[in-house]
Amino acid sequence: MAEELVNVTIDGAVVSVPKGTTIIEAAKQAGVLVPHYCYHPSLPSPAVCRMCLVEVEKAPKLMPACVTTVAEGQVVHVNSATAKKARQGVLEFLLINHPLDCPICDQSGECELQDYVFQEGRAGTRYAEYAKRYNPVEDFGPDVLYVANRCILCTRCVRFMDDVAQTPVLNVSERGDRAYIGISPEQTLDHPWSGNVVDLCPVGSLISKDFLHKARAWDLDKAPSVCPGCTQGCNISIETRDDVVVRLRPRPNMDVNRHFMCDYGRLDYRWLNRGDRIEAPLVREQGRHAAVDWDVALDRLGAMLRDTAGAAVILASGRASVESLGLVRRLVDRFDVTAAVKVPIGDEAPLAGIPDLALRPERVPNLHGAELLGYTRNWEAAVRKAMAASIVIILDADLSAEDAAALATAAGQVVVLGTVADEWLRSAALVLPITNMAEENGTYVNRDLRAQRYQQAKSQPGMARPAWWVAGEVLAGPGPDGDAPSTAAEAFALIADRVPAFGGLAHGELGFGGRTLRAAEVAR
Amino acid sequence: MGYPHPSHPKETPVLSKYFGDAEARTFDGWVKRGGYEGLRKALAMGPEAVIEEIKASGLRGRGGAGFPTGMKWSFMPKGDGKPHYLVCNADESEPGTFKDREIMRWTPHGLIEGCAVGAMAIGAERCYIYIRGEFTEPWRIMSKAVEEAYANGALGANVFGSGRRIDITLHRGAGAYICGEETAMMNSIEGRRGNPRIKPPFPAQAGLFAMPTTINNVETLAATPHILVHGAAWYKGLCLSNPKSTGTKLVSVCGHVLRPGNYEITMGTPMRELLYDMCGGMRPGRTLKAVIPGGSSVPIMTAEEAESALMDYEGLVEKGSMLGSAGMIVMDDTTDMVYQIWRLAKFYAHESCAQCTQCREGTAWTTRVMERILAGKGKEADFQLLLDLADNMTGKTICVLSDSCAAPVVSGIQKFRGEFEAYMSGARQPSLAGV
Repeated sequence: MAEELVNVTIDGAVVSVPKGTTIIEAAKQAGVLVPHYCYHPSLPSPAVCRMCLVEVEKAPKLMPACVTTVAEGQVVHVNSATAKKARQGVLEFLLINHPLDCPICDQSGECELQDYVFQEGRAGTRYAEYAKRYNPVEDFGPDVLYVANRCILCTRCVRFMDDVAQTPVLNVSERGDRAYIGISPEQTLDHPWSGNVVDLCPVGSLISKDFLHKARAWDLDKAPSVCPGCTQGCNISIETRDDVVVRLRPRPNMDVNRHFMCDYGRLDYRWLNRGDRIEAPLVREQGRHAAVDWDVALDRLGAMLRDTAGAAVILASGRASVESLGLVRRLVDRFDVTAAVKVPIGDEAPLAGIPDLALRPERVPNLHGAELLGYTRNWEAAVRKAMAASIVIILDADLSAEDAAALATAAGQVVVLGTVADEWLRSAALVLPITNMAEENGTYVNRDLRAQRYQQAKSQPGMARPAWWVAGEVLAGPGPDGDAPSTAAEAFALIADRVPAFGGLAHGELGFGGRTLRAAEVAR
Repeated sequence: MGYPHPSHPKETPVLSKYFGDAEARTFDGWVKRGGYEGLRKALAMGPEAVIEEIKASGLRGRGGAGFPTGMKWSFMPKGDGKPHYLVCNADESEPGTFKDREIMRWTPHGLIEGCAVGAMAIGAERCYIYIRGEFTEPWRIMSKAVEEAYANGALGANVFGSGRRIDITLHRGAGAYICGEETAMMNSIEGRRGNPRIKPPFPAQAGLFAMPTTINNVETLAATPHILVHGAAWYKGLCLSNPKSTGTKLVSVCGHVLRPGNYEITMGTPMRELLYDMCGGMRPGRTLKAVIPGGSSVPIMTAEEAESALMDYEGLVEKGSMLGSAGMIVMDDTTDMVYQIWRLAKFYAHESCAQCTQCREGTAWTTRVMERILAGKGKEADFQLLLDLADNMTGKTICVLSDSCAAPVVSGIQKFRGEFEAYMSGARQPSLAGV
C-alpha cells in the first residue's frame, strides 16, 4: 500500500514526506538541519531542550520540530528571525553554567553545543557576575564518567537506559537549575550496551574512560567498517589517530544496529594495534625461517600446491573476509578439502528495545559468510583431519596451545597466512604476512545473511597483504599476469561469479549499508 | 456560617455555606443539608444529560485556565471500551490560593459527590483525588469521608443502587508545585517523576495510564452537584457582568487587608467591593498599592487597575491580568515590589521541574538578577536583560511555569519601574546581602 504523502515547505524547499513524519525529519529531506539536543531518531522525543523550536505559519507560537508532525500545505521557517532568537536564547541558557573547558574536553570538535554556539550563539555572556554551578565528576560505570558541569540535561542517556536498554539506572535528580543526571544508588552503568550513552551525549558530559584524553576529535581519521566482534555485524566507524585505532563507534544502519553497538564490540579493538606482527614472508629452510620477498614466497606456495595431492585442510579465523575465505578455499579446489572456522562462544546480550539486535554468542563477524563458502564450524574434526592431511592452510586462526602442539606434528606441510607472530609459527613450512581487518577492504556476511563491506582504516605493517591478494596471486600463476585481483572488489567479483549465494553481486551494489544475499531470500 | 469569619452579606455562599460547620463533614450531616441529592439526580439523568446541564450552566474550570467544564467532559470518547479516569486536582499549590483546602476541610462529601458526578458524566469508574502533600488535615478529613461514603453506598460497585461503579482513590502528593499541572499530576499518580507531558496527546485521548482522562479542579467538581440540584438556569443567573462568567467563585484573599480569608462571590462582583466591603479594606493609614488577583502566576495589577476591575474571567483580562485560581495577594503601600517579585521568581526557580532549558536556567537566572538588584548592585541594563530573559521564557516551554515566572517580572518592571530604579541609584537601601 502506498504511503500517504504530505507536502510541506521548509525554508522555501517543498518536500513530500509520509504522513506522520515529524518536522525535524521532513527538514532533513529538505536539506535543512534543525538544531536540536534532546531529539534522537532512535529514542522517544521528550521535546525538552526546546532547541528545535521552529516557526510554523498559522501556529500561535513556535513549535518543537521533533514532536510536531507535518500537515498538508504547512509552511515552516527554521531560520526565521523569531526561530533564531529562540535558539539563541536556549544556547545562552545552556551556556550560563557550562564550563568553557573545551581545551581539555574530549567532546571538543564533535560537540553539538560548541557547533551551534559557533553557528548562531551570542558572542559574549550576560551572566558574568555569578559563579557557575559546580558538581564533581562522577564514576557511572566501567567505562563511563559523568561530568555534571557540562551536562545540558537533554536526557538522551536516561531515555536510552529506560526505553532502549530497558534497564532504568539513570535518572534526572533534583529540580530547577540544581538538576543533574543521577544514578540509582548501589547500581552502576554496567549494562552490556551502556557505552552508547557516551555517543548519545551531545556534549562532553558522558565520556569514555577508555578514550579519555586519548585524541582530539579533529585528529581522528575515520573509516566505515563492520564490527568484528560477533555475527550481528553492527556497522561501525574505526577511528584512528596516527595510524593507531583509538576507538570504535557505531555507524547508523537502521536495518542492523540503528545507532548502537555493544560494549564488548566497542572495547575489543586493541588486537588491531598489535605490534608483534609478521612483517615479511617467511620460508622454513634447514630448520629455521628466512625472510623472503613476495615473489619467492608466492612461487613456493604455488609449487607446494602443485606438487601435492590428497587431503587439504583450511583452519580459518571467522574474522577473515569473504574475499579471503573464498579465494583461499579456491587454492585447494582440486584437493579433498576440509575447511573450518574457529568460533569462540560467549553469552548473548540483547539490546531489549531494538528487535534483532544483540551481542551474539558466536564471537566472529563472518561465520555465515564462511559457511556459504563451504567452511564448517566443526573445528575439532578439522584439526583431527589436519594431522594426516597433505597440506594445512591456517588462515589467521587463533590456535589453542593444544591445537598448536598437535599441528606441530602434522604429517603434511603447514602454511600459515597470519597476522601476529605466535610461537607455534616456528614449525610452519611457510608463513605469509597478511593484514588484519582494519588494514584491508573486505566483506563480512552477518547472521541475517547481509553482506556488508568494511574499509581500510590503517596502513598494513611491513609487507603484509590481504589474504585474498595472496591467494589471488597464486591462483593467477607466476609472472606479471593481469588476472590476479588487485582490489577487494575484484576479489569479490571472482567469488560472486562462482558462488550462487552471492548471486552475482558487486561491491558497488553493497554500498555502505550492505545487502541481504539472495540465499537469505531463498531461505525465506 | 463561614470560616474563619461569618459570611459577609455581599457573598453568595454556595460552596462555602457550611464552612465552619463541623457536622457537615459527616455523611449524615451532609445528607441532612441536602447533600448527595445532586449525585442521585445525576445518576437518574445519565451522562449525556448531565454534560448538557453543566454546559448550559456555563461552569468554567476553577483551577486557573477557565475552560468550560461541560465542553471538557464532552471531549471524552464514547463507547471506546477503554477505562476512563477522572482526576480531581486537589494539589492547590498556587501561592496565594487556599480555597480547595477549605472545601476539603469542611465539605469533604461535597467534593466526593462532585467527583462522583464528574466520573459518571465522563464514563469513569475511578477517580483519583490528588491531594497536596502538605494538606495533612484535609487528607485526614477526606480519608474519613471517603470511608463513610463507601459505607453508605455513595461510592463502590453499585452507587446508590444505580448499578454504576464509582471508586475514589486518594493520592497524596509530595509537595512539588509542578504536580498541580495536569499532565505532571498524571505522571505523579503513575509513579513517575512529576514532569509535565507534551500535548498532544491531550488527556482526553491518552491521559492517566494512557487512557482517556479528565482533570478538574476541586472547586469545579464541588460546584456540579449544586448545579444539578438547582438547575443550570439558576447557576447561569449568578452573574453580575459578562455572561461567559457564571456562578460563584471562591476567592482567597491574603495580604494587607483587615480580614483575609475565603470569600464566595458572584461572578462579576467589583473587586472594590471585595476588598473594601467584604475584606474590610486596608489597614488603618495604609493605601492599596498592588494586587495579584489570580495566584502568583498572573500579572500584577496596580491599585488603579484593581479598584476598577470586575472579578470574573473577562473583567480581569480586560485589566491586563487573569482570574487564575482567584488567589488574591493584596499589597499596600508598605510593600517592596522588587522584593516581592524576587520572592516569586525564587519560588518558580525552586519549583521548576528542570525539563525545559528556558525554565530550568531562566527562572534561576532571573532570580539572581533580582537578587543583585536588591543588593544594590543593579544597573540600567538589567531592565533590558530581565525583559529579554522573560521573552525567551514565554511561550517556549512545555508547560507555563516559566511563563508564570516571567509574568510578574514583566508587569513589575512596567508598573513599578521606579522601585527598581531606587535600588539601582542607591535611593533605597539594599535589602539583601548580595550574591
